[in-house]
Amino acid sequence: MQKKRLVLGVIGADVHAVGNKILYHAFTEGGFDVTNLGVMVSQEEFIAAAIETDADAIIVSSLYGHGELDCRGMRDKCDESGLDGILMYVGGNIVVGKQPFEDVEKRFKAMGFDRVFGPGTSPEAAIEALNEDLV
Amino acid sequence: MKAVLLIDYGSTYTKVVVADITSNKLLGCASSYTTVETDVGEGLACALKELEKQTGKIDFYKKLACSSAAGGLRMVASGLVPELTAKAASLAAMGAGAKITGLYSYEMTEDDIEEISDNAPDIFLLTGGTDGGNKKCILHNAELLANASGDYPIIVAGNRNATKEVMRILSNRRAYLCENVMPSIGTLNIEPARQLIRDIFLEKIVHAKGLDGGVSMPTPAAVLMASELLATDVGDMMTIDLGGATTDIYSIADGEPREAKILYKGLPEPYAKRTVEGDIGMRYSVHGIVEVAGASKVSKLSKLSENNVIRQVEYLSKRTDALPQDDEDKSLDFALAAMAIETATLRHAGTMEEYYTSSGLSYVQSGKDLTNVKTIVMTGGALINSDRQNELLEHALYDELQPQSLRPKKANLLVDKKYILSAMGLLSGYAPTVALEIMRAELN
Repeated sequence: MQKKRLVLGVIGADVHAVGNKILYHAFTEGGFDVTNLGVMVSQEEFIAAAIETDADAIIVSSLYGHGELDCRGMRDKCDESGLDGILMYVGGNIVVGKQPFEDVEKRFKAMGFDRVFGPGTSPEAAIEALNEDLV
Repeated sequence: MKAVLLIDYGSTYTKVVVADITSNKLLGCASSYTTVETDVGEGLACALKELEKQTGKIDFYKKLACSSAAGGLRMVASGLVPELTAKAASLAAMGAGAKITGLYSYEMTEDDIEEISDNAPDIFLLTGGTDGGNKKCILHNAELLANASGDYPIIVAGNRNATKEVMRILSNRRAYLCENVMPSIGTLNIEPARQLIRDIFLEKIVHAKGLDGGVSMPTPAAVLMASELLATDVGDMMTIDLGGATTDIYSIADGEPREAKILYKGLPEPYAKRTVEGDIGMRYSVHGIVEVAGASKVSKLSKLSENNVIRQVEYLSKRTDALPQDDEDKSLDFALAAMAIETATLRHAGTMEEYYTSSGLSYVQSGKDLTNVKTIVMTGGALINSDRQNELLEHALYDELQPQSLRPKKANLLVDKKYILSAMGLLSGYAPTVALEIMRAELN
C-alpha cells in the first residue's frame, strides 16, 4: 500500500527549525511520506506542495505566537485550489500568552483545522491522530 | 592543419567559422543571408565563398552545425503548479535551447488545446505531479493531447506513477517517456528531459525543417555549452545574447546561498541556466522593451522625446533589418539595449528578501545568487557593434535601487566581437581544449 503523504512546515515569519526537524523524523519513522518545507512557509507554499504531491494532510506548525494571523483564510484557499476536504492540523505555541486551550482550539477549528495541538504535545499523539483520520 | 568548419544557421544570417585544431587558432569567419525557404545550402555556399576570400581554399576535416533558423526549436510545455512542475518544465526546455511558445499549468482546457494546435510546436513537454503525487492533472492533459490535431512529438516527464497510463493514453501519438522533471518538492531533475529534447531535435526536427547538413543542436544549446566551457577557465560567468527577436541570458554558477543564515525558497535552479525572453528583442520584439520599461525611461536614456521614441520603435518593429545610421538611431538603440539587458537579467537572477522574525532579521533567497559572477560575455549584433558596451554592462549589474535582485556586483566584460560563441560551443563537444584556447584569444 502506498504511504500516506504529508506536507509539513512552520508557517509565517517563524524560524524555529528544531521542532520541525523532530516532527519530520517522527512522521517519517511513523510510516508517512513527508514533504518537509522547513521554516518560514507561506500558505501558498503549503498549498502548492500539497497539490503537486497529492498530499493527504497538511501539518502546520507555529511556534512564535502569531499562528492565528498566519493561518487565517488557509482553508478557503485550499478549497479554492482544489484541495477541498484535505486534512489539516495545526500545532505548537499557536497563540500569544496563556489562553485556555479550549478557546484556542475552538478558534482554530472554526478556521477550518481538523485538529489543534497545544504546546508540549508529543509527536506520537499527532501520529496516532493521523492514523485515525487517514484510513 | 586540421580545419573544422562550424556553421550557425541563424534566422537571418548563416555564419561560418573555421578553426584549426592542430594550431588551436581561428582561421576565419564570414556570413551570408540564410536561405531556409529554398535550400539552406545556398546561403551556406555564399558564406563559404566569403570565407574563402580570407583563408584561401581549405579542405575541411570536419563540419559541425547548429541552427536557430525556421523559428528555432519551438516548444510548448505543461505542468501542474506554475511555480513548481510548470517552471521545472520551462527550465528544461530553455536549457535544451528551445523557445517556449506556450506554457500551461493545471488542467488544460479545450481552448488551450486549440491554441496549441494553432501554435504547432516542434515538441510538447508534458509534466505534472511529483513521483507518487498528483496523477489527475497529467492524465487529464494527456487525454486532451491524445485527441488534439497535429503530430508533434510529446515528451512525458511527470509523476512516474502515472506515466504508464499516460503512455497508454498517448499510444496514437509520438510519445517519449522520460524521467520526472521534479521528482519531489525541492528537487529539479531536468537533465534527462534536456537530453531527450536534443535527441528528438536531432532525429526528427532538423530534417523536417529542411536543415540537414550536420545540424547537431539548436544554437542556444551551443551557446550554453560554450559558456560552460569558458566557466572552467574564468569561474562563475554569465552570457547575454541580445537578438532581434529574443534576449537570452545564460548563467554558469551554482548560485546557492552564500551564508548558512540565508534560507532558500522555491525550486532549486540548474548550475547552467538559460532563460529566454521572447517578448524582448531589438527589432521583431522591440515593442516588448517599451512595454516593460516604459517609453519615458527609454526617452530619458536615449535623450529622444517620448513621441519620437514611440515613432521610431514602430518603425524598427517593421524594418527589422534597419541598422543605426545617425547619432539619434544609435542613441535609441543604446537605450533599447540597456532596457532589454536590465529586464532580462532581472528576470534571470534570483532575489533576496529581508524579513523581521521573532529571532531578528532573516534572509530568504529564491533563484540564483549571481552577485559573485566575475565575467559577463556579450554577444548578438546590437551588443557587439555598440560603442557604449561598458555603459550597457552597468545595466546587467547589481543596482542599489533594486537591491533585492542578486545580479553581479562587479564583472569583467568580454565581447564576442567575431560572433564565434555558438561555433565554439559546437567545437567544445569535439575539441574542448581548442575551443577554450580560441575563446581566450578572441573574447576580450
